[in-house]
Amino acid sequence: MFQIIVTLMIYMLLVIPMGIYLYHVATNKHTFADPVFDRVDRFIYRLGGIDPQKGMGWKKYVMSLIVMNAVMVFIGYLILRIQALPIFNPNGIGAMEPTLSFNTIISFITNTNLQHYSGESGLSYLSQMMVIIFLMFTSAASGYAACVAFVRGLAGKEKDMGNFYVDLVRIITRILLPLSIIVGLFLVWQGVPQNLNANVTVNTIEGNMQDIAMGPIAALESIKHLGTNGGGFLGANSATPLENPTILSNIAELYSMMILPGACVIMFGNMVRNRKKQEKDNTKPKRCLFGSEGRTVFAAMGIMFLIGVFVCYFAEKAGNPALGQAGLSQSMGSMEGKEVRFGIGQSALFTTTTTSFTTGTVNNMHDTLTPIGGMIPLLHMMLNLVFGGKGVGLMNMIMYVILTVFICGLMIGRTPEYLGKKIEGKEMKLTALCIIIHPLLILSFTALAVGTQAGMEGITNPGFHGLSQVLYEYASSAANNGSGFEGLADNTYFWNITTGLAMFFGRYLSIIIQMAIAGSLMKKRFVNETIGTLRTDTKTFTIALVLIVYIFAALTFFPVLSLGPVAEHLTLWN
Amino acid sequence: MKQSKGKFITPEIFSQAVKESFIKLNPRYMVKNPVMFVVELGFFITLLLSFFPSIIEANSEHLRTYNIIVCVVLFVTVLFANFAEAVAEGRGKAQAASLKKTQKDTKARLLNEDGTESLINSSELKKGDIVMVSAGEVIPNDGEVMEGIASVDESAITGESAPVVRESGGDFCSVTGGTTVVSDWLKIRITSEPGNSFLDRMIALVEGASRKKTPNEIALNTLLVSLTIIFMIVIVALYPISGYSGVVLPISTLIALAVCLIPTTIGGLLSAIGIAGMDRVTRFNVIAMSGKAVEACGDVDTMILDKTGTITYGNRLAADFLPVKGVDKQKLIRVSMTASVFDETPEGKSTLDLGKQLGYNIPDIKTKNIIEFSAQTRMSGVDLENGTKIRKGSSDAIIQYIKEMGGSIPENLKKLVDEVATLGGTPLTVCCDDCILGVIYLKDTVKPGMKERFERLRAIGIKTIMCTGDNPLTAATIASEAGVDDFIAECKPEDKIDVIKREQAKGKIVAMTGDGTNDAPALAQANVGLAMNSGTTAAKEAANMVDLDSDPTKILEVVEIGKQMLITRGSLTTFSVANDIAKYFAIIPAMFMVAIPQLSVMNIMSLASPYSAILSALIFNAIIIPCLIPLAMRGVKYRPMSSNRMLIRNLLVYGLGGIITPFVGIKIIDLLIHPLLSLLGL
Repeated sequence: MFQIIVTLMIYMLLVIPMGIYLYHVATNKHTFADPVFDRVDRFIYRLGGIDPQKGMGWKKYVMSLIVMNAVMVFIGYLILRIQALPIFNPNGIGAMEPTLSFNTIISFITNTNLQHYSGESGLSYLSQMMVIIFLMFTSAASGYAACVAFVRGLAGKEKDMGNFYVDLVRIITRILLPLSIIVGLFLVWQGVPQNLNANVTVNTIEGNMQDIAMGPIAALESIKHLGTNGGGFLGANSATPLENPTILSNIAELYSMMILPGACVIMFGNMVRNRKKQEKDNTKPKRCLFGSEGRTVFAAMGIMFLIGVFVCYFAEKAGNPALGQAGLSQSMGSMEGKEVRFGIGQSALFTTTTTSFTTGTVNNMHDTLTPIGGMIPLLHMMLNLVFGGKGVGLMNMIMYVILTVFICGLMIGRTPEYLGKKIEGKEMKLTALCIIIHPLLILSFTALAVGTQAGMEGITNPGFHGLSQVLYEYASSAANNGSGFEGLADNTYFWNITTGLAMFFGRYLSIIIQMAIAGSLMKKRFVNETIGTLRTDTKTFTIALVLIVYIFAALTFFPVLSLGPVAEHLTLWN
Repeated sequence: MKQSKGKFITPEIFSQAVKESFIKLNPRYMVKNPVMFVVELGFFITLLLSFFPSIIEANSEHLRTYNIIVCVVLFVTVLFANFAEAVAEGRGKAQAASLKKTQKDTKARLLNEDGTESLINSSELKKGDIVMVSAGEVIPNDGEVMEGIASVDESAITGESAPVVRESGGDFCSVTGGTTVVSDWLKIRITSEPGNSFLDRMIALVEGASRKKTPNEIALNTLLVSLTIIFMIVIVALYPISGYSGVVLPISTLIALAVCLIPTTIGGLLSAIGIAGMDRVTRFNVIAMSGKAVEACGDVDTMILDKTGTITYGNRLAADFLPVKGVDKQKLIRVSMTASVFDETPEGKSTLDLGKQLGYNIPDIKTKNIIEFSAQTRMSGVDLENGTKIRKGSSDAIIQYIKEMGGSIPENLKKLVDEVATLGGTPLTVCCDDCILGVIYLKDTVKPGMKERFERLRAIGIKTIMCTGDNPLTAATIASEAGVDDFIAECKPEDKIDVIKREQAKGKIVAMTGDGTNDAPALAQANVGLAMNSGTTAAKEAANMVDLDSDPTKILEVVEIGKQMLITRGSLTTFSVANDIAKYFAIIPAMFMVAIPQLSVMNIMSLASPYSAILSALIFNAIIIPCLIPLAMRGVKYRPMSSNRMLIRNLLVYGLGGIITPFVGIKIIDLLIHPLLSLLGL
């Protein structure tokens, strides 16, 4: 408990300067690192024939994003299929099967990192580096770029949404690369391997033979968290000592995945705030931490996150009565599937974080969480806006902000407006569409899976827990989270294809619609703000926002959750 | 508010609405309201299942009874929603009927091209026809005065008993069909096609015949439809998922859950709220050309108001007596009072009041003749029995009058008149026989209560700008007296449009009132333009609202009605959505309790049985609609306060209230129906 609070407090100290740095990068403002990076960027622009001055409309921006992603998908797929070639392949891994390759490539380009393979036996080092690590950078950067453009649209200061390629380059060179080098070195210090050697076979003290995995693990590990990717180098992900050896490495990984999504909200607050300030007085904007609009969103996300962490913590702490009856002491809480070096506190925090920030990395097995403890990660993926990953979480949250503004605006007798722009029929239509996609993907695929033979074959634990497994798999796919409940026999045609589709639509449909909303709002005129206007930077609004999210997003899943985790919990504790 | 209080529903409206709610069951009509259409579809399916319970699922013991009950409740739900809409329309129609009474079929004297007159029915008149109307006759249709000057009784439309002057040219040339000429005659060119007069269009609007959904209503409808879709996904997916968990759900239960979850409360009341909002405006004697205009009212940031008539009474109240050189002030006062004894206008009354204040008694006089004010003479007065003729009126008219009588004009009269004009007042010259005694200074007076009203507006963030032709000094005095935020002095009609454009460029929504033809462009430019019915046709065409009473201050109330309409929509939406929590807790355990007994813990309301739980939720869902009809009609109570306080208040009342109410309601219904259901074997 104390651990969780301290960890989160230090996080607050880290995230604010990061957010301000992100804001400077996003708005082309001066940063301390400019002298180096400006040269690097100029070189890349020249190489790619990019004109950094040329802005794009929302359609062009989205098209650029999608085309670039498509090219990467194509190359990545090819590499996976030919990875058997002896290039960086000391362990002699064979080519990947087509539907698994499809699933894997969609999984990584959409920043989901759902893995239906185990890294140590399924991928060569070439694939790990040129497909996995490469896509971990570009997919995260694509998401952040979309978010930056989206916020530009909302802020409405400029005439266009910016240039996708410029955003992509700046985010990689100025944020992801430097940070991942720092984190990577830190992890190497903590004992994470970073080499291109073949696996090592050792004699254990028990006299058995064991393979110890090798490879560029630290490099993958750092961007895996920073880019809220989550796909492990090894099958057991950050639960293994090779990926996450110590409590320090655990906290480093925790902060790595938390820092950028949180910083994104702060960047948003600053970008939006500037307009207001400039209008009010033409003085130079003062240094500001959050920006009042950003603070509201951050607070709402924070409240939901904290509720999640504590419910998860107490559920795990309570232990498992069935094991208790079997004579296993539950005084430490439910330690099944958890690492002793992390304990309940760090495990609950990591679990909630990885699903809230849609990373998908795990430091304990979610399948063995207590039913309620496991419902929290499930719920946070169903919400997909408790910070969320790679900027997309913020965009999702803004959808609910628009919804809240619409309802609350009416309640004070004004047609709704947000950030000085009127929310009208067109925006509502798009917002509604965007909000429908998520439950549609999760529920219809779940229904399909439990309603068909092919789907049912994957379920290893029948009963309530089996339903949780299925729900988790699709929630994780649609939210582009990527963590697995595991325990699902998911490397089959059915699971590879359906989760692939869920990931694909979950990612691109949302981005297209959200960019369309930003594009439409950008073109609108600013409306005047008076005391009659709905203030969106108040505590009342934060509470209203949290309630709307719970009522709209969570209640949608109430029936299935009561058949899954809730029924399991009540059975277990009866 | 002058709004008619009293019951919101009369027996006639009630019986008509009941009939209408059945007629509206036609699916072709229902499909326009997707939320209720889904309920109707559910009704059709359960109806089928009532006849053939085993058509889709295995027949169990009481399935048919259960299906029939669900089917009936769904039917009643749809009826209730239709009833709400029909009541709102019925009230509008009642309003229209009273307007229609004025539209009697009258005869018109058509002026033929050769100069002869022929008598035809007014309904046969075409646009461009020229008619003659004399005293005592009804003006057959909307038109413009070509010749003549007459006073017209417009009480049929406005309810204002004092006749108004209509003359050719200028701002007073438009006449409305259905009004009566009381003196003189008018030659009128008809400006509207039969059946399309201003009154006709008004009636159509009030009846809701040409009602279009407003932009905000469309946006809200989108939200409701998307919610409906989400819940349909939930329900459809739930069937195989519960099947996996070993629970076989009857189709009726799934339909019941769907209907409970989709926002039927607001879906059923949404159009009623819109119609009622328009109706409230109409009751206020303001005709809105569209619901959009009423909605825009809620967003008004800036209000542009004419000084004269809106903020002040106009230059009409006596403030001082100014004698010309050589005349005793006492004499002027006495004569002025004598001239005003029979003068019922505010000018006359205030002259008497001022005289009394200064210590003079109302003179007891014997009159031979009372001369009333007329548009031509522009003076009034009395002829006393002793032959003394006393007149007061505009100084031009009096000077003319004196000159005709051969009297002399005092040299400092012009100076006095100019002085009064500079102060922003109106000079009223007084004469006795052939000599001019002096001037009554009629001062502009701010209407009582204006300051408080502007205060109210400021509290909800509306800025007021006063437009006046006065010089800046006078304007500033009145502005500070009335408490407006800003003023524009020496304002020409073109200036108004500039102000509007300037405000709009800042992203503000602007409302203004106007009556003259030269106001028309500004009325069209403003987001909310309220034209006075006494104004010209051009002004009325350009505006999106017309005030039948020609009371410019009404824009303040219309703004509040607009806000109230939006608040009602928002609050009922919140209420409707918040209700879902309780409904989930009623239905979900009921659905699964039998197969998964552990889930009975979730039955926190401890409802008697699964059947009674589901039916209680469904019945609550149905009867909440008629319970909220009065609220939808009257609108949520509106008090000006800061947006944040209002949000907190409404969130508590409709959000928290919406969460708690159904828990209580469902429990009560469960207690009531459980014994009945036991009798049926459920």
